[in-house]
Amino acid sequence: MLRYSAGILGLLLSTAIFGTTDAKELVIYSGRSKSLVEPIIKQFEKETGTEVKVRYGDTAQLAVALLEEGAKSPSDLFWAQDAGALGELSKQGLFSRLPDSILSEAPERFRNVGGTWVATSGRARVLAYSPERVKPEALPNSIFDLTQPMWRGRIGWAPQNASFQAFVTGMRVLEGEEKTEGWLRGMRANKTKSYAKNTPIIQAIAAGEIDLGLPNHYYLLRFKKGNAKFPVEQTFFKVSDPGNLVNVAGIALLKSSKRSEDALAFIKFLLSVKAQQFFTSEVFEYPVTDRVIPNPKLLSLDDLLKQMPALNLEDLDDLDGTLKLLRKVGLL
Amino acid sequence: MRTFLARQLPPWYLMLPAIAVGTGVLLPLAYLLVRAFQAEAADLMQIVFRARNLYLFVNTFLLAVGVLAVGGLLATPLAWLTTRTELKGKRIFTLLGVLPLAIPGYVMAYTLLGLSGPDGIVASLFGLRFPRLSGYWGALIALSFYTFPYLFMNIRSALLGLDTALEESAHSLGYRTWEVSRYVVIPQLRPTLYAGGLIVGLHVLGDFGVVSLMRYETFSLALYSQTQSLDRTYAAWLALMLIALASVFIYIEAKLLRGTKLHRTGSGPPRKVPLIPLGPWHAPAYIFLGVLAFASVVVPTVTICFWMLKENLPSNFQSLYEALSGSIFASTPAALLSTCFAVPLAYLGVRYPTFLSRILERVAYIGYATPPVALALALIFFTLLIPGIYQTLWVLILAYTLHFLAEAIGPVRGALYQAPPRLEEAAQSLGYAPLKAFFKATFPLLRGGLTASTALVFLSAMKELPLTVLLSPAGYETLAGNVWSYTEEAEFAKAAPYALAILLFSALFVGLLLNQERIPSATPA
Repeated sequence: MLRYSAGILGLLLSTAIFGTTDAKELVIYSGRSKSLVEPIIKQFEKETGTEVKVRYGDTAQLAVALLEEGAKSPSDLFWAQDAGALGELSKQGLFSRLPDSILSEAPERFRNVGGTWVATSGRARVLAYSPERVKPEALPNSIFDLTQPMWRGRIGWAPQNASFQAFVTGMRVLEGEEKTEGWLRGMRANKTKSYAKNTPIIQAIAAGEIDLGLPNHYYLLRFKKGNAKFPVEQTFFKVSDPGNLVNVAGIALLKSSKRSEDALAFIKFLLSVKAQQFFTSEVFEYPVTDRVIPNPKLLSLDDLLKQMPALNLEDLDDLDGTLKLLRKVGLL
Repeated sequence: MRTFLARQLPPWYLMLPAIAVGTGVLLPLAYLLVRAFQAEAADLMQIVFRARNLYLFVNTFLLAVGVLAVGGLLATPLAWLTTRTELKGKRIFTLLGVLPLAIPGYVMAYTLLGLSGPDGIVASLFGLRFPRLSGYWGALIALSFYTFPYLFMNIRSALLGLDTALEESAHSLGYRTWEVSRYVVIPQLRPTLYAGGLIVGLHVLGDFGVVSLMRYETFSLALYSQTQSLDRTYAAWLALMLIALASVFIYIEAKLLRGTKLHRTGSGPPRKVPLIPLGPWHAPAYIFLGVLAFASVVVPTVTICFWMLKENLPSNFQSLYEALSGSIFASTPAALLSTCFAVPLAYLGVRYPTFLSRILERVAYIGYATPPVALALALIFFTLLIPGIYQTLWVLILAYTLHFLAEAIGPVRGALYQAPPRLEEAAQSLGYAPLKAFFKATFPLLRGGLTASTALVFLSAMKELPLTVLLSPAGYETLAGNVWSYTEEAEFAKAAPYALAILLFSALFVGLLLNQERIPSATPA
């Protein structure tokens, strides 16, 4: 048995040697899930003949890995799930400035001032609710109404989740530190339930554990895709309420890239009508260009821009301050 | 004779692997210490030394104690029934007792959560509603259901290697059955029970997937949210604190283990085990085994199938095949390597019980307690220093081995405690070189332990996530990576085939291993 095992081990290890990546491929670190982006990456490979290797992972963990790798990173591009991580790595000087020809493809709202990254799609924070247990006319007008006694113990949120944290950062910028802290404490006092992330919030509403939740907009649409009668609905708060924050996924070119030409071609491809149409039709996200046919389940980009609070994506990079506040009120 | 061995210095071929493992585990620790030194006092007080962390510590501890208790209550009778009784279908129940390990923790939590509520499976199938699991009890149930196999596999290999002559002697001296269990059998199970318990305890300390879905706050919450903030300094502090807490567990286990001497005095193979007839206890035994298998394997499997059938998606066999071979090519070498390293480490600890050898054996457990993200970052740091290594499969296999080695030690160590050193000494006195004497006399007695060790590491590596994501070559596909990627986006139907593939191939692998060993047959000796 020993000799047998040693044989297998030797065989496996020798095949492992050939499994290394060679420098010819375009390498992307993607904090965006495979299920969201793989089809469009395949399309890019088909159209350009460029071979792409992707490391899929959690945005924060990949960002930390990039910090650890520094100039030796084998990656060409970092495609992140939220603006905060991009802002932080940009501050640390890991990204190259993108050419104007690429930056001009996205509306000003959706790129950073330094020109080191550009948004590829948008997602909105929404109010999810149970239509069985909450009548439409009873729905709160503003996210600040959620601290009222009528919602005691009926709301779910996800304080550990990056999207929620970005929204808190947005609220701090829009409404100030004090008011945000007051809201967080009010929500805690109102027995708001903490969940791990967005998906469990939607599931908990469906299961009758809570009646309202604060997730991103597209998770519910995916549940509805499988089951049109899924017992949860969602809506925005009043126009430009901080509860309607729009965050983005974005991409940046790493300074360590040795294939910047292909990398830039990839970014350009993501901003093309074809890729943007895919994001909105298949992934249920908001496009960053108005040249696509809007998804009937979503607002048009124009309406979304009206609905969302006026905020620069740059302002979302003070994650540290948000974590401090969340720790202070005992949520982390 | 024992002292004769102990006074000698361990030979180089025992020390070398032990020192290699020690270095491999201590380098990440060194990395964490270097990072930790960059901290500033004010932030340290706010992030690390705060009252809430103490509260989280207490929560973690309470959960670990609960999971150990429930796990022990499930695993001990299971192990006894599947090794020492006349029960039919022992192999099947053994396999079913190991399989929960093949289910990623967060998938177990999702399936348990998905049972209840108006949209849940129970409601859809039977029209029944019951409250959702959550909090301490939810976390306790989910964690117990998929960690009890660690205890089961350890106890089982101890029971299989038990010298039944001792029991018979006790019986012939007039002891009652329960007295024999109390004074003869249970002491023999101690080392493996401790080893399994330690693994379960460390697992609970590190778990985030289950506790977060069950909405129970443990220390891993603090560590996770610190990593989310892209910070490496304070995350290192929290990781070191977690390792310190784990060290307490590791120390307790070492204390409990001290002075254990269990081996047979006679030579030759153990006597054939007389199987215990269950008589009127047959039905309760089957009910227990059935309920356990139903709750821990059937329910999650059916739920995953339910996900898949809900949306009738075309299966992507190409991608499934690629992910499957990726997982197997990384997990198999890791399982074999871990077992290869576990033998010299356990041998040192059992046959050369000096302070140093104990430390070296314990070090493997530190590797298990090091949070995977921290271990991955440390390995990124160190492997980048050596050209041509980074982003190869080697690094991933190395990481798996360092991390899961501790799981392999328990069963091998248990078997070594039971193997009589005299046999080896006799072989040496007949002129065999020490290494040859070991392979001739002792190694055949370790088979059961080696099987269990390899199975444990294989199953763990198949479903491992953070190391896989951060250290595999870019573009490398694994089953665990796909399950995570799809569930993360609420695409449960797409995640299902990958989760089922983990289960199926884990069952095949463990089934093959179990087939290799001789299980006492149903006819009493």
